[in-house]
Amino acid sequence: MDAITQNLDLFWSGFLRSLTICLWGAVGSLILGTIIATCRVAPVAPLRTFGTAWVTVIRNCPLTVVLVMFAFGLPEIGINADFYTFGLAGLIIYTSAFVCEGLRAGINSVSAGQAEAARAIGLTFTQSLTQIVLPQAFRTSIPPVGSVIIAMIKNSAVVGAFGVGRDLFSVGESLTSAQGYAALPVLTGVAIGYLMMTLPAGLGLGALERRVAIAR
Amino acid sequence: MRQNRKAFAAALAVAALTLSACGSGSADGVKVADKPSFEAGTTMATISAAGKMKVGTKFDQPGFGLKGLDGKLAGFDVEVAKIIAGALGIKAENIEWTESPSKLREELIEKGTVDMVAATYTINDKRKERITFAGPYYVAGQQLMVKSANTKITGPADLKANPDQKVCSVTGSTPAEQIKPFLADPNQLVLFDVYDKCANSLRTDQVQVVTTDNVILLGFVSKSDKAFKLVGEQFTKEPYGIGIKKGDVKFCEFINKTLKDNEAAYTKAWADTAGKVEGAAPATLPEPAPCS
Amino acid sequence: MSTPSVLYDAPGPRARRRAAVGGAIATLVVVILIGVAVKRFADQGQFAGQLWGPILNPLDPDFNAVWKLIGRGVLATLTAAVLAIAFSLLIGGAVGVARMMLGRRSRIPIVGLIELLRGLPVVITIYFASRVLPELGVDLTGMPGGSGLWFLVIGLTAYNCVIIAEIIRAGVASLPGGQREAALAIGLTPGATMRLVLLPQAVRVMLPALISQLVVILKDTSLAAVLGLYTELLRQGNLIALNLHNPIQILSVVGVIFILINYNLSRLATWVDQRSVRKVAPKPTEAIPAEVV
Repeated sequence: MDAITQNLDLFWSGFLRSLTICLWGAVGSLILGTIIATCRVAPVAPLRTFGTAWVTVIRNCPLTVVLVMFAFGLPEIGINADFYTFGLAGLIIYTSAFVCEGLRAGINSVSAGQAEAARAIGLTFTQSLTQIVLPQAFRTSIPPVGSVIIAMIKNSAVVGAFGVGRDLFSVGESLTSAQGYAALPVLTGVAIGYLMMTLPAGLGLGALERRVAIAR
Repeated sequence: MRQNRKAFAAALAVAALTLSACGSGSADGVKVADKPSFEAGTTMATISAAGKMKVGTKFDQPGFGLKGLDGKLAGFDVEVAKIIAGALGIKAENIEWTESPSKLREELIEKGTVDMVAATYTINDKRKERITFAGPYYVAGQQLMVKSANTKITGPADLKANPDQKVCSVTGSTPAEQIKPFLADPNQLVLFDVYDKCANSLRTDQVQVVTTDNVILLGFVSKSDKAFKLVGEQFTKEPYGIGIKKGDVKFCEFINKTLKDNEAAYTKAWADTAGKVEGAAPATLPEPAPCS
Repeated sequence: MSTPSVLYDAPGPRARRRAAVGGAIATLVVVILIGVAVKRFADQGQFAGQLWGPILNPLDPDFNAVWKLIGRGVLATLTAAVLAIAFSLLIGGAVGVARMMLGRRSRIPIVGLIELLRGLPVVITIYFASRVLPELGVDLTGMPGGSGLWFLVIGLTAYNCVIIAEIIRAGVASLPGGQREAALAIGLTPGATMRLVLLPQAVRVMLPALISQLVVILKDTSLAAVLGLYTELLRQGNLIALNLHNPIQILSVVGVIFILINYNLSRLATWVDQRSVRKVAPKPTEAIPAEVV
C-alpha cells in the first residue's frame, strides 16, 4: 500500500491528465463522429463513399497503429506538433468512426413512416429533420454512442505510450518498471483510477438512457 | 529463392561475419573450452554438463543485441555472452537466446528462465536486491545527442533554460530517470519503448534532444550522415553488468575471471559491434566489483 | 445506399444537379488532400526505392526475409487472438450462464466482477497479468509460445470473457419468452432448459456479435507491442524497421494487413447475421450489442 500512499500526488496528476485527455477526446470524437455520420447519410455520393471509407479503414485498424501513424507518420511528411496533440488526434479519429456508426444506427432506427407522416402533414425537409427524425435518432443513439465514449476512456490508456506520457497508465508503468515498486498495489491503484472514470460514466449513461427512453 | 538467399547473406555479411565465424568454433577469437571441469554442484558444472546455455539479451538494441532479419543476433552483449559460454565449453550455436526487455530481466533470472542476462544492464542497488551482478564488463556514460545545427544545447545544464527543447529517452530506463533533475518541467521529457523511435523523432524535429548512454548515441550519430552530434560531457556512469541468480558468487567470480582471461576476444567483440561506430573509444575491461 | 433513407426523398432533377455539383466539389477536395499528402511524402523521399524495395520488390535481397517475418507476425497475432477468443468463450459462457441461472442475491458477486472487468482498459489487464502473476508466483515460462503470449492471452481473456458473458446473456434475453416457458412446462429442469433450448438458439443470434468481438481481440493483440511482451504483427514490424530503417513503410503494411483481416471478418459477421435472420423465423426483438471499440 506504501506504493500508492507515497506516490499519491503522482497518481493524482496522472488521473487528472487522463481525465483531460478523455474530456477533449469525448468532445472531439463526438464532433468529428457527427461530421462523418453526416457524410455517411448525405445525399451526395462522394461524401457517402468518403464516410464509408473512413469508417471501414479506421474501424478495422488497431488504435496502436493509428497512433503510430500520427506520432511517426505525420512528422515524416513535415507535419510537426506536440506528441500530446498527435495522441489526442489519433484517439479522436479512431473513436470518431465508432461514434459515427452509433449515430447512424440511431438514424436507421427511425422508421421511414415517421418521415413520411411528417411530410404528409406538410412539414418541410428542415422541419421534419430537426423536429421528427433527429430527436428520435439521437435518443436511440445514446446507448451505443455512450458505450463508445466509455470504451474511449479505456482506450486512452494506450495514448501514453506514444510520446504523450504521464497519464495514469504511464505513471503506473514507470513506478513498476523503472522504480521497482511491487506491481500489485501500483496497478490496483491505476485500475481504481480508471474505474473512477468508467463506472460513473456508465452509471450516468444508464440514467440518461432511462430518462430519454421512448416506447416504440 | 536460393539466389535471393545468397544475395541476402552477402548484404548482411558485415553484420553476420562474427556470427558465422563463431559457428565454426573459435575462428574469431572466441575460445570454446574443450571439456572443462568444474566443482560439482556449481552453476558452471550444471551448464557445462547440459551442453547448452540459456542467455537473456535484448533483441531491439542496435550495437548490443539486435535480431537481424535472418533471425541471428548481433551486438556487444551477444559477443560477451558467447565468450562466457565458450569458457563453459558451449559453442555459440548451443546458446538459447531469450528476449529480455528491461522490465522482465530480474524476473527471468529469478525464475531460472535464463542462466544469465547480458542486456545493457546497468548495475544498481535496487536491482542488486533481487539478483547478483557479475562485472561490470563495460562502463557507459549518459550523454546528449542533438541535431548538428542545434546551438542552444551544449550540455545538460542548458536544458532548464530551454524548456522548448524536448528530450527523448526510453520508458523505464535509467537515463530517463537521471535526466529528470536537469529538466525545466516534466513536459519536456518524451518517452518511447526503443531509442530508435527517439532518433527518428529527432530527425523529424519532433524532439530536439535524445539522451542515453554515449555508445548507443554514437551508433545513431554514425548512421545519421553528420545530421546528429553529441554534446556535453558524459554526466553519469553506467556500469553494465551480467545478471545472474542472487547469491551465486562462484558463477559471478567465474564470469569475472573469464572476461579477464579473454581480454583480446573482449576487445575484438567491442571493435566488431558497438565500438565499430565512428568516434567510439576502444573498450577496456573495467576492474570487476566484488561478487556478493 | 440501396434502401430509401428516412432523411430525404428520392431526389428530383434540381436536387440531383445540386448533389452532382456537391459531389464534384467533395471529390475534388479529397483528391487535392491526397495529392498534397503524396507530394509531401515524395518531397521527404518516402517513396525512395530503398525504403519500399524490401517490401515490394521480389528481387530485393531482403524481400524474402521481410515477408517471412511479417508472415510469422500475422501467425503470432492470429494465435494469440484465437486462444483468447477460445478461452473467453469457455469462461465467458460459464460466467454468463451462471449469472442467468443464479438468484438475484447470489449473482451479485458475478455482476460485480463483470462490471469491474468491463470498466478496465485491456492494456491494464494485460500489463496486470504480466506483472502481478509472476509476483504471485505463477510461472508461465514453460508454456508453449513463451510467457509473453500467455500474459497477453490471459489479459485479453480477463476482459473479453465478461463481454462474451454479456453477449450470451443478451442473446438468451432476445429469445421469445415462450421458449423458456414451454421448455419448463414440458418438465425440463432449468439447467436442461438452458442447455437444450435457450443456448442453442441464442448462439445463432449471437454469432455475428461473437465474430465482431474477434475483430476487437485481433486489434487488441497489438497492445502486446506497446508493452513489449510478445512479438506479434506490430512488434514484428517494429523489429523489421529497426533493421531496415523504414518504419513508415513497414507500419503501413502492418496497418493494411490488420485492415484486410478485420474487414473480411466484419463482412463475415454481416453475412452470418443476414443468414441467421433469414433462417430463424422470429427476428430477435433487439439486436445484440457488440462491444465495438
